[in-house]
Amino acid sequence: MTGRHGAARRDWWTAAAVGALILATAFPFYWAIVSSFTPESQLFRSPSLFPRQFVLAHYRALFVERQFWVPIRNSLVVAGTTTVFCVTVGAFCAYALARLRFRGKVPLLGLILAVSMFPQISVVSPLYLLLRSLHLINTYPGLILPYLTFAMPLTVWLLVGIFRQLPAELEEAAMVDGASRLRTFREVVIPLALPGLATTAILTFVYSWNEFLFALSFTLGPERQTVPVAIALLRGQYQVPWGQILASAIVATAPVALLVLAFQRRIVQGLTAGAVKG
Amino acid sequence: MASVTLDRIRKTYPNGHVAARDLSLEIADGEFMVLVGPSGCGKSTALRVIAGLETPTGGRVLIGDRDVTDLPPQERDIAMVFQSYALYPHMTVRENLGFGLRMRGVDARVIGERTTRTAEALGLEPVLDRKPGQLSGGQRQRVALGRAMVREPLAFLFDEPLSNLDAKLRVETRAELARLHRRLAATIVYVTHDQEEALTLGGRVAVLRDGVVEQVAPPMELYRRPATAFVGGFVGSPAMNLLPGQIVGRTDGATLGVRPHDVAIVGAGQGDVDARVDVVEPRGSELLIYLRLAGESGQEVRVVAPPEPMIPADTSVGVRFDRERMHWFDKGGRALGR
Repeated sequence: MTGRHGAARRDWWTAAAVGALILATAFPFYWAIVSSFTPESQLFRSPSLFPRQFVLAHYRALFVERQFWVPIRNSLVVAGTTTVFCVTVGAFCAYALARLRFRGKVPLLGLILAVSMFPQISVVSPLYLLLRSLHLINTYPGLILPYLTFAMPLTVWLLVGIFRQLPAELEEAAMVDGASRLRTFREVVIPLALPGLATTAILTFVYSWNEFLFALSFTLGPERQTVPVAIALLRGQYQVPWGQILASAIVATAPVALLVLAFQRRIVQGLTAGAVKG
Repeated sequence: MASVTLDRIRKTYPNGHVAARDLSLEIADGEFMVLVGPSGCGKSTALRVIAGLETPTGGRVLIGDRDVTDLPPQERDIAMVFQSYALYPHMTVRENLGFGLRMRGVDARVIGERTTRTAEALGLEPVLDRKPGQLSGGQRQRVALGRAMVREPLAFLFDEPLSNLDAKLRVETRAELARLHRRLAATIVYVTHDQEEALTLGGRVAVLRDGVVEQVAPPMELYRRPATAFVGGFVGSPAMNLLPGQIVGRTDGATLGVRPHDVAIVGAGQGDVDARVDVVEPRGSELLIYLRLAGESGQEVRVVAPPEPMIPADTSVGVRFDRERMHWFDKGGRALGR
């Protein structure tokens, strides 16, 4: 009897803990959404859980006066290109590291990881000089290339783990069936690793989308600024437009959140079901 | 179809494990060769070396007259059925069957025809458009078989293909494999750890141990004339009794091997040795009796006896060995002439 009682109590605790966790993570987001629709004049009045007045003024100001679509476009281009490049090139590197036998594999993996270990701030000035001499300051490549320094190691490491988890017998079967390494990679490995590739792509995209320091240092004007930089520069010298800042935060978060939700099924679903045994 | 030859294959893994030492084996065109042995004896390594999935440290592999030692798997034109089946989970049964042909650039129409023909032969038509995840264990096994058959390769390699099936299905599939071999007249190299499977399927059976071939022979010869004590103990069920002994006129020790079927139970004092009945296992058509020999050694001897009369435990009996069917092995385990 006590056992069942204890189990029920544990369930209750679990539910309470999960509820608290959801509340703690989701509430700031909810608060930001509500505030972004509240008129500036009412923002600092007694706070309310539900919006009393619903205005689009902040969003209008953001897109009409501030032309916020420019940083969004910049961010999409920079994060998108970085992601596509990292996942394509990274997939080849990671497969080689995961499956091929060659000298110096372990040191190479360590080196790749070490590259991402440098504190970002320590490489900002040398990178700035380098990019200036290449005339790449305030350009898209001037952001994408530095982004590869942290995105590429991340991608390669994640993908090595993903490729190693795939049953090696499937690749052996494909090779005995007459497929070359490259063909095996394309026809067997990639389709099976798709959920993992999607997860990796999303993570790389989110990292690049949220990056602030490089974006701030290597851009000069609003025409190449990314979303995080644009948000940071919204605050003026004499006033902080909280409504607009929160509205822009919502706009910056929405695509990432939508992306994760859209791919969630893909990520959770195990594509390898039924491959071996069962 | 073609013959397969392993010529003094050596394989040492990077971790120092020696899986094959001077392993030589000749498999004739159209032969059903079974490699059998305990785990770690090198049978799977031998198969993977033939497939090209492992590079031997030394020695040569020939398929037909061609030296394929340095060729990658895709250029050897052999087919392999894996223990896990290794079906491509993202492809339908039809695509799984046609994959090997597509990789070899065979015309799409021909692929269609041959896939259909193979599916018919294996009763897979109803599931052609399903994916492996939706199939039963037996169906998966047949898809794996079909994927090998459809290619019409130079040789088939089987890596314990029946070990994931339940007992009934295993016996059925075993018979099906024997029929298949007769129909295709294909060269087959088949790896198993199950000596019964080896005896029932093999045209010849190679018993491996510690990376060397102990004996290669047709199943009945393997059973009747084991070349070593190890083969004697490994082949046949229940296992052969191996008793330490000495041959008159020789100083070194020897081992006497007698199969449980070749030992008779007689009255106490009337046989070669006396013994006490330890455990009696009724097996329906016969009794399996575990005896303890009298004397300080207390050696265990397994005897298969007719079901009547039932012999109770703790009875004192005599044991007589069939003189015609005794096997003598020298100290190193090699068989001695009778």
